[in-house]
Amino acid sequence: MGLENVIAEALPEVLTTRLDSLINWARKSSLWPATFGLACCAIEMMNATSSRNDLARFGSEVFRASPRQADVMIVSGRVSRKMAPVLRRIYDQMPEPKWVISMGACATSGGVFDNYAIVQGVDKIVPVDVYIPGCPPRPEMLIHAVMMLQDKVMKESVRDRRDIPEDEAREAIVPGTLPITDGSTARQNTLPESRPYTIASRHERRRSN
Amino acid sequence: MSSVTIPPQFEIVDRPLDTQMTISMGPQHPSTHGVLRLELVLDGEMVVKATPDIGYLHTGMEKLFEYKKYQQGIVITDRMDYLNPLGNNLAYVMAGEKLLGLEIPERAQTIRVLMCELQRIGSHLVWLGTHALDIGAMTVFFYCFREREKILNLIEAASGGRLTPSYFRIGGLMMDLPAGFDNRCKQFLDDFPAALEEFHKLLSGNKIFQRRTQGIGRISAEDAIDWGLSGPCLRGSGINLDIRRANPYSSYENYDFEVPTEPDGDVWARYMVRMREMKESHKISTQALSRLRPGPIKADAPKVVLPDREAMKSHMDALIHHFLIVAEGFDVPAGEVYHPIEASKGELGVYMRSDGGPKPSRVHFRGPSFVNLAALPVMSEGEMVADIVAIIGSLDIVLGEIDR
Amino acid sequence: MTSGPENTEQQSPEQTPSSEAAPSPLVAALQREHPEWVREVVIAFGETTIIVPRENIAEACSFLKTSPETRFDFLADICGADRGVEEEPRFEVNYHLFSTTKYHRVRLKVLLNEEDTHVPTVTGIWKTANWHERETFDLFGVIFDGHPDLRRILLPDDWQGHALRKDFPLRGYEPYSLK
Repeated sequence: MGLENVIAEALPEVLTTRLDSLINWARKSSLWPATFGLACCAIEMMNATSSRNDLARFGSEVFRASPRQADVMIVSGRVSRKMAPVLRRIYDQMPEPKWVISMGACATSGGVFDNYAIVQGVDKIVPVDVYIPGCPPRPEMLIHAVMMLQDKVMKESVRDRRDIPEDEAREAIVPGTLPITDGSTARQNTLPESRPYTIASRHERRRSN
Repeated sequence: MSSVTIPPQFEIVDRPLDTQMTISMGPQHPSTHGVLRLELVLDGEMVVKATPDIGYLHTGMEKLFEYKKYQQGIVITDRMDYLNPLGNNLAYVMAGEKLLGLEIPERAQTIRVLMCELQRIGSHLVWLGTHALDIGAMTVFFYCFREREKILNLIEAASGGRLTPSYFRIGGLMMDLPAGFDNRCKQFLDDFPAALEEFHKLLSGNKIFQRRTQGIGRISAEDAIDWGLSGPCLRGSGINLDIRRANPYSSYENYDFEVPTEPDGDVWARYMVRMREMKESHKISTQALSRLRPGPIKADAPKVVLPDREAMKSHMDALIHHFLIVAEGFDVPAGEVYHPIEASKGELGVYMRSDGGPKPSRVHFRGPSFVNLAALPVMSEGEMVADIVAIIGSLDIVLGEIDR
Repeated sequence: MTSGPENTEQQSPEQTPSSEAAPSPLVAALQREHPEWVREVVIAFGETTIIVPRENIAEACSFLKTSPETRFDFLADICGADRGVEEEPRFEVNYHLFSTTKYHRVRLKVLLNEEDTHVPTVTGIWKTANWHERETFDLFGVIFDGHPDLRRILLPDDWQGHALRKDFPLRGYEPYSLK
């Protein structure tokens, strides 16, 4: 993390884009998830790593138990109010760069459980990159989400994820108040036409032609 | 400097001058099978006291049931013990049928038995995979999930959902088995004994596995009954008790199967009981499959059970019944029942109380894992930390059922 | 021996053939030895419910566990229920007992008013009652006197209120925020 930043600040712009694609390719090809299986979606996550739908093909070779060694946190399952501070703590313990996939309806929005015990959406606690609907989503949907995250990672710039000072990282992020980093991609505000955020499946793309 | 204060229950107290250390294992831990937190008081490597701290997955399901009609509640029961959703469905649905006094046709009962036993095999496969994974045998995990995919395909063919089928309804089934199901089921049942043999070859003769499981986590028979253990945990201590034999339900009394018990009461005994139970479930499934005869799958109660689609589209009264059942629900007579079934983890009991309306007044699930986990401190006193992992695996807990 | 009033709570079409005058054998021993512990006996849906006064529940459980006719050595479940905010008595605690040798079941019921929700504990009789009573305390606020460790088990430790009471709203009082 530190080495990439030092190199990025030292090099001129044209070489940074080359460095960007190299670093992003390395990051997206080895997204190691942190085990955060909470409920039924965890079983589908285990199914996604089993031999039938093999998530390890896409780079998620091991599910690291320690968050200090993980890149992506797949929140799979309902987050209860007692568990929410623990979730935030594990997220804070992950080093940058880190991403969050919110798997399933309960993690995305509270799901079937609209009551006193469940946090209505994990994005009230951590910033989420990819949401997966379903109750539980099929393992193929999880693989699709990981591929979407890989596309998102490819579009980042190494300037986006600097080493953030300690205080900011420790504070809870209230939704709607995320600080705008000095990210070149964040200021663009335009989606490049060639690679849309929602990737149509193969038969949908064929239909549009 | 930091604005976050560590809540007291997460504090790690480490007194280097004493010999005992209190450490928190979980809630995020790869081997606790969910979000379970154990407060371990350790003396070196030995566990002096292990206290479970649960509630990290509390979903308030019992309160949700009171706000949903009876049919709507079936969907919530899937998410409780998410490895055995058909078992949860069956318990809830049978409690409702007991209150209503419905008579279930034979084909529906046979299909219920078949699906429940397939689900039991699936649940035990996940148990075996994760238990072996925690002890160190990683290959078994992948082999078990490979077999489980076949079962999930069968359940998905029947009901549309792999992990959350909601296949049973009060009065029968959601819909009939699809065409060709019995061929696929027969093929799976023919292939399964070979897979079970493979698991035995991989684990049962393995000296490392035996050393890690034999003599660990003992609980005596009297303690087991006193602590309310049920299912394979109880049968692993030598007590021959199976709800399918003690209080038979859903035509289980017509099937020929043994109830495996082992006398020792340790992790190895519970492992052997579950392996033998998989074989017995296979036997019951084969019998159930051979007994399938054409017939109705829903009880004859037009005010409770949804009519057939064809009848609904052509007959006026069927349409009215369908509308009323879906829009307003059916009224259940006032009363209370407690219906226990033998789920894959033990005695799953549903206490259902009705005040005579379309929504229940109180639904309580007696989750077997909730009661089995309370016996963990007894089993783990004096064991080492690595054995705690084996003991938790042998209890076969599912946090969704514990925390509800 | 006073034969307990055998009334059924509702006219359900599926009535067990329990209209014989003799009370069922499950309660016969209890009624014979301690008729003052049996306030009411309800037989419906094939199940027997004994309503026991609050003070005698521990003794009744102990008797039922050791009596050779009944031998209820397995406590299956302790379940609280809230009958409704307007009802008197408001709360009830159900004890589901099971016999591992005779395979019969019975339910003991204790009725509690809203102001005074104390019940003697049965942890000394069956150790499994420990967590069940903690759960009933957590969700309903029923206090079990003599319990070794009565604290919340499912809800967070600093939760205000008891969640399964009928006057507790489904969605709670405020949405979750980290602050």
